[in-house]
Amino acid sequence: MALLSVDELSITFTRRGQRDAKAVSGVSFDIDPGQVVGLVGESGCGKSVTSLALMGLLPDKGVRIGGTADYDGTDLLSLSKNRMRDMRGTQLAMIFQDPLSSLNPVVPIGVQVTEILKRHRGMKGEAARKEAADLLDRVGIPDPTRRLKEYPHQLSGGMRQRALIAMAVACAPRMLIADEPTTALDVTIQAQILELLKELVDQEGTGLLMITHDLGVVAGLCDKVNVLYAGRVVESAERRPLFAAPTHPYSHGLLGSIPRLDAPRGEKLNPIRGSINDNIEWADGCAFAPRCDYYTMECLTGTPQLTEPLTAGHQVRCVNPVVEGSTPNDDGDAGRAESAGEDAVGDARDGKSADIEKADTTEASS
Amino acid sequence: MSLLELKGVKVHFPVKKGIFFDRVVGHVYAVDGISLSVEAGQTYGLVGESGCGKTTLGRAVLRLNDITEGEVVFDGTDLASLPEEEMRRQRQRLQMVFQDPLGSLNPRQNIESILSEGMAAHGIGANQDERREKIKEILAKVGLPTNALARYPHEFSGGQRQRIGIARALVLEPDVIICDEPVSALDVSIQAQVLNLLEEIQDSMGLTYVVIAHDLAVVRHISDVIGVMYLGSLVEEAPSDLLYAEPKHPYTKALMSAVPVPDPEVEDNRERILLTGDLPSPANPPSGCRFHTRCPWKQDTLCATDRPELKDLGDGHRVACHYATEIAEGRLRRSGESVPATLPGPPSLTHEMHEMHEREEQEEQEERAVDTAQKVQKGQKGPGSGASGGDEPAPAREG
Repeated sequence: MALLSVDELSITFTRRGQRDAKAVSGVSFDIDPGQVVGLVGESGCGKSVTSLALMGLLPDKGVRIGGTADYDGTDLLSLSKNRMRDMRGTQLAMIFQDPLSSLNPVVPIGVQVTEILKRHRGMKGEAARKEAADLLDRVGIPDPTRRLKEYPHQLSGGMRQRALIAMAVACAPRMLIADEPTTALDVTIQAQILELLKELVDQEGTGLLMITHDLGVVAGLCDKVNVLYAGRVVESAERRPLFAAPTHPYSHGLLGSIPRLDAPRGEKLNPIRGSINDNIEWADGCAFAPRCDYYTMECLTGTPQLTEPLTAGHQVRCVNPVVEGSTPNDDGDAGRAESAGEDAVGDARDGKSADIEKADTTEASS
Repeated sequence: MSLLELKGVKVHFPVKKGIFFDRVVGHVYAVDGISLSVEAGQTYGLVGESGCGKTTLGRAVLRLNDITEGEVVFDGTDLASLPEEEMRRQRQRLQMVFQDPLGSLNPRQNIESILSEGMAAHGIGANQDERREKIKEILAKVGLPTNALARYPHEFSGGQRQRIGIARALVLEPDVIICDEPVSALDVSIQAQVLNLLEEIQDSMGLTYVVIAHDLAVVRHISDVIGVMYLGSLVEEAPSDLLYAEPKHPYTKALMSAVPVPDPEVEDNRERILLTGDLPSPANPPSGCRFHTRCPWKQDTLCATDRPELKDLGDGHRVACHYATEIAEGRLRRSGESVPATLPGPPSLTHEMHEMHEREEQEEQEERAVDTAQKVQKGQKGPGSGASGGDEPAPAREG
């Protein structure tokens, strides 16, 4: 049975006098014990918001959350604040992206780790300190008793991330959510941290929701992968089939745009054209259509559904998926704008190009 | 002759202490003796982890940092000893693209003003109309609409801003562009667009690049020659394909094995060399080989005492490691590696020493294994009690 089962999760940000912003809609996935499930996508696709919603960390006001997240018979999304507080730490825990800003800079590491032990496991004084030192030792921090007295700024980036992981696993949660846990780290340190996460999952049977933009990390760690685009899952598959035959044009394009270490020098990259600002509303058709190389008129006839066009368990949200032999319709931007002149894409494109002004700051800050 | 040649470049930042009199109490050895040469029309990639001094080196070439020692010879002139005004004029031919596209563009200047400022300073174009024509030409080249001229940086997306940064360098018609992490702030799909753009304009304008990046895959994709930096010095330099095929320095090997490849087949089967610990502080670098504190191939002699020089191994492959050839021939094994059935290479003194070292290492490992076992037991006690703690709230949930 699945440990966590997310069904039709939708998150909408509302603000008086402004249009609602749909960050996530209709996202569903299951996580089994000991399984690593990846949420992959570029900035602004809704992956972090999903994790915050599951942890109950979104603000009360200005957000509308729909759907269910069934954890062991409890719906996480409808829990009261107090009940959620009990769940966090003991049942679910989260590892954040930026280890420096997620640790309190004026409190020693030791106090921050023992705080959790005191709150959830009722430990006190010396016992808590000893357990904290054991935890730091387990995640590979050398000389833990000395480190407990130090402040976050005295630790290196990799060490801080280890401390955060120690805090997350302090109460042996059954479910871990890691939001870009290695993005801020160097590759050699990233390799260490990923190895540590793998160990935790294998030894303790923890379920891990891995949120990342790095397909390389996904290829090495995840069992199942969900590719997000503009707040919806566009492709969902086991790791191997996904990388062997990416079927949604977006996943296909993503893999084509990554420079690979093992590719020969001089091999051209095939970037996805345009930017995330070129999207159209899912209600009008496929949000990816304006950037898609395989786009046809059929793409504009309402929201495409997740289907299994090829093999069971490999779901794709596309009416015209990339299969062997399909060729991109390379008619260029001009031809496309003409052919789509009267329909939604044309409108959306004109509308969008007229307001580069609104080039969203989220992408810039990424 | 090379277009750009660095000879023993050092950049040391003083560490000062004291309230009234600044006493220099030490130095941060950001760049500590780097020699390399960049050929015209080539792309030289500098790669290394944060804190290795790659950005400082890039800035030192343009004299945005003071050079403590050494020469930067550009087209026959030593930039390090030029007077400030002369240097300013040289910067027309040496341009830089910065990492943070928003931070390096003035938010209160429109694009036309940003792009024409440098042209005016270097006397390109007789008047603003002429400059505007030139700017329009360059904007088309980098894939921005002409109506961008009157807009401000915040109106553009991250990828477009980086294009503006590239355009700012291009309008001066430079010979060399130093790109400091040109794509690290961008999403992958946008990254690929900018990388392709850089290659296109190199082909059409005959530019020479020095690309500084932490992402080995990006550097390998774009560079002809790659230099790997560790703690202020170059540890290995080779043509891109050769470096990938035969990394010789232990650090390069570890770095390569740590870069994730988006392919499960590759990921599941490749050998990982996990480095222990973190980068030592450049203010207090280790003695001997800078890498010996983390090196899995560390030997008892030389490594901790003598600093290795870059040695040429042929085919433009330069490596700074005392034991590079021994490691390449498989005569040395790294600590923790499984012992192969037959020992390759003839037994030698170093080999015997190494075996001794290995035996010690193995004993140590066994000890460690016992330790880990204990630790795991302890660890299991944790989750055990955690599980009972986890079971307790369960009824509460129903209630």
